[in-house]
Amino acid sequence: MPQRMLAGLSVLVAILAAAPWWMPPWMLFIASGALAKGMAALGLMLLLRGGLVSFGHALYFGIGAYAAGLLVLSGITEFLVLAVLGTLATLVLALILGAFVSRYRGIFFGLLSMALSMVFYGLLIKLQSLGSSDGFNLGGIHLLSIPMQGTAGQVPTYLMTLVLSVLAAIGIDQFLRSRYGLLTKALRDNELRVEYLGQSVRQLVLLNYIIAAGLAGLAGVLSAVAVGHIGPEMAYWTTSGEFVFMVILGGLGHVAAAFVGAGVLSAVQAVAYAVAPNSWQFIVGASLLACIVFLPEGLWSLLKRFGRRA
Amino acid sequence: MTIALSTQGLCRSFGAVKGADNITVEFTAGTVVALIGTNGAGKTTFLNLVTGYLKPDSGSVLLGERNITGMEPRDITRLGVARSFQIPQLFDQLTVDENLEVAEIIARHASTASQTKELARVRALALERFGLVPQRDQLAKTLPGGARKLLDIAMAVVSHPSVLVLDEPTSGVSAEEKESVVETVIELARGLNAMTLFVEHDMEVVAQYADRVLAFFEGRIIADGTAAEVLDAPEVRRLIVGTALGADGHA
Repeated sequence: MPQRMLAGLSVLVAILAAAPWWMPPWMLFIASGALAKGMAALGLMLLLRGGLVSFGHALYFGIGAYAAGLLVLSGITEFLVLAVLGTLATLVLALILGAFVSRYRGIFFGLLSMALSMVFYGLLIKLQSLGSSDGFNLGGIHLLSIPMQGTAGQVPTYLMTLVLSVLAAIGIDQFLRSRYGLLTKALRDNELRVEYLGQSVRQLVLLNYIIAAGLAGLAGVLSAVAVGHIGPEMAYWTTSGEFVFMVILGGLGHVAAAFVGAGVLSAVQAVAYAVAPNSWQFIVGASLLACIVFLPEGLWSLLKRFGRRA
Repeated sequence: MTIALSTQGLCRSFGAVKGADNITVEFTAGTVVALIGTNGAGKTTFLNLVTGYLKPDSGSVLLGERNITGMEPRDITRLGVARSFQIPQLFDQLTVDENLEVAEIIARHASTASQTKELARVRALALERFGLVPQRDQLAKTLPGGARKLLDIAMAVVSHPSVLVLDEPTSGVSAEEKESVVETVIELARGLNAMTLFVEHDMEVVAQYADRVLAFFEGRIIADGTAAEVLDAPEVRRLIVGTALGADGHA
């Protein structure tokens, strides 16, 4: 990574780490959600780098959140346990479902992923014990003895989300620089050749799928803790669409782009909702359209351009 | 003499058309074998059956003494059979160097430490011998036709195969470059002690470089022998090369 880019990202992380001292609480709440969703978008970006787009990535976001919710209902409120078990639940499910969906490519992969997420959504809607369409609240979550919810828990939750997001970004960056990163790029270009060089394409797709699911699961746990409430809409196709939107907005140029996309989309959503509560979707849609037309490689390409000029 | 590859009663049909009709043949390690025949004679079908792209209706393929019939292409590749394609199969968004790196990374996965060093050496050698050094940082999609072909072959060579399968290595290569390309590839393959199986339409190239020639017609081998023997066989002259061609491949 160029030194200048590394320095720029370090400054950005430092500014975000200092956010509790300069951001109002409502903005900090939005930032926590944006970072968590950025983590899910990061996983989706990994899939896209391998030439696959999932329209059902919210399945794992929802699984992570509901796994944490079920643990809280059973009396476990330690954040670290929720994060580990919530992520583990998504990894196990991704291993099972991934073995099936990794056979498919293109639109079939995308729509099959969406169908699976909608099956889970349908199940949640029917389950009265999990609050049906209303979902349920999560309370009393703590990290060791530090509260993670309520007014006192807002800053610890934000900082924890930031730390995990940075770690996830570094981890995926290292992954993309490894042999698997190069193979993922090769996979996008020519699967036949990958097979004829001796590498199983399905294994590679499955690996990326599981990693992407794990990130979405952890993001689901973080989102559930930050909001204090979970509901079936977390697994709905519009949430999956939001993740795709974030990746397109940010671009595929760098791991940080997923978080840039998530941050900008969350900000646009918040502003649009405040300005036009009844037609905020129009503003969000128009901004995506503008991005696709003027910045087909996403906002990251803009940042890179500015970086080169500076 | 060690048998590198053999087939026994290999059959494959496409509806009423016989792509491979009871092919039984043995290939000695380290030799260079050319497959000739008109379009649709079954040359590429034979290569596809040997490399796992097609599954035979009946018959078997043996790599040494190991039965590889019906195996997936990746498993056959891991056992030492590498191939290039009629239409080069490259990673277009990667550079020439990265294309070869991918090939080396995958081959390295199933290698010992000493083999890993050898793979790196072969990769550097292929890059240099095929004249790809000046283009090493260029994206594969920007390469001209001949260089794409060479890169495709180089990727197959990098895994240090015991059997190298080349489907029309000179198609898309200019007439002036043709001989030097084949010479380079065969020299490199001989250096690696790989048995080379290549499909070729240029009879001069066949006559000059092949130790053995197999002539295909309607899914069958109609002649098998040295270039002089096969190119001079009346049936081959009538059905494949035309009567005006001499045994040296020249008109």
